[in-house]
Amino acid sequence: MIGGAPFYEFGRFGEGTSLVIAVLLGIAFGWFLEQGGMGNARKLSGQFYLTDLSVLKLMFSAIVTAMLGLFWLSWAGLLDLSRVYVPETFIAPQVVGGLIFGAGFATGGLCPGTSCVAAATGRKDGLALIAGMLAGVFVFGEASPAIGQFADSTGRGAWTLPQAFGLSYGTVVGGIVAVALGAFAGAEWLERRAERPARPMKVVA
Amino acid sequence: MSDVATTAAGQPLGTAASSRAEVTTTTRVQVRREAAPYASPYVAGVGIGVVLLLAFVLMGRGLGASGAFSSVVAAAVSTAAPSHAAGNEFYSRYLSDGAANPLRDWLVLEIIGVVIGGLASAVLAGRVRWTTERGAGITDRRRLVNAFVGGTAMGVGAKLARGCTSGLGLTGGATLSVGSWLFVIAAFVGAYATAPLLRRAWR
Repeated sequence: MIGGAPFYEFGRFGEGTSLVIAVLLGIAFGWFLEQGGMGNARKLSGQFYLTDLSVLKLMFSAIVTAMLGLFWLSWAGLLDLSRVYVPETFIAPQVVGGLIFGAGFATGGLCPGTSCVAAATGRKDGLALIAGMLAGVFVFGEASPAIGQFADSTGRGAWTLPQAFGLSYGTVVGGIVAVALGAFAGAEWLERRAERPARPMKVVA
Repeated sequence: MSDVATTAAGQPLGTAASSRAEVTTTTRVQVRREAAPYASPYVAGVGIGVVLLLAFVLMGRGLGASGAFSSVVAAAVSTAAPSHAAGNEFYSRYLSDGAANPLRDWLVLEIIGVVIGGLASAVLAGRVRWTTERGAGITDRRRLVNAFVGGTAMGVGAKLARGCTSGLGLTGGATLSVGSWLFVIAAFVGAYATAPLLRRAWR
């Protein structure tokens, strides 16, 4: 019943075509990032001061859209989920790496992907961030013989949330949709609250 | 694209955020071209979700960003010091094709696309500016240093975690990878712990 997706995995086209697809998908990715204001560090950094939660809204919208698409396509037998790449889990390095990454994110105001959009649209801070990223990757590369053991530790392979929680795929998908909707409502509330900072806090009678 | 636009604080953001932007007492310089407002983050997010889904359907893989930086660094090190790069397990991972060009890589081409697409969108919306985005509390120079330092931390963090907000956040988020969700939660914890120290940089 498999309808043939993912097409590249089933040999429908070769490596050359895959690279053309990479450029085309990248163009669309960059287009939507810029449209959403993600090439602007001042807008992006509003996420960390709870004045503009575009990052959260955009990321959760994208994740939910792709997640539901994967779920329905596999349910309809049009896509073989086992041939879709799941980023591997390495618990300790991903938690520590995430903390370091987050500190850098708040300091730099852009992430690796959005820095490319910022730089492409003339933002010098985007260029500086790209230079920093390259330096950071080089530092990691040079340090990798020493920290490689930690970086490769606590590996769990392609471990998914349904496996970790012992729940069905559909239940986890539904749960994430619910969390996303809650996050959207919370984000709207926070932005409304941030829009009237000039007025003094209402004194509770 | 002249220097007129470099008054970061007074420049229109093109969204409701502009009304919130702190305006300094210095004279605001009129920007020659009115920038179109940004799209709703929900609309842009669904657009990116469709692109991500297309990547899964066509390629069986998702989007990414930090992997492209690794290929560039690995290629540079390999050019400067071939034996050093070959003896390093991390660089070798990005040079594994042997004779093939390490920059002939899916993520490198995807990122070239991101640059083209981002520029096209900004050109059509009148949002291209040769400027430094920053808050009123710091200088351009300080902002560039912050961007470089933040980028360096993200480079180390992303390599330790094997991905960034794209490859782990979006791709791993949609494929329900446990490590990806842990990374995203940790990244937001790290960001919110750091942000209060940098409040002046954005206000």
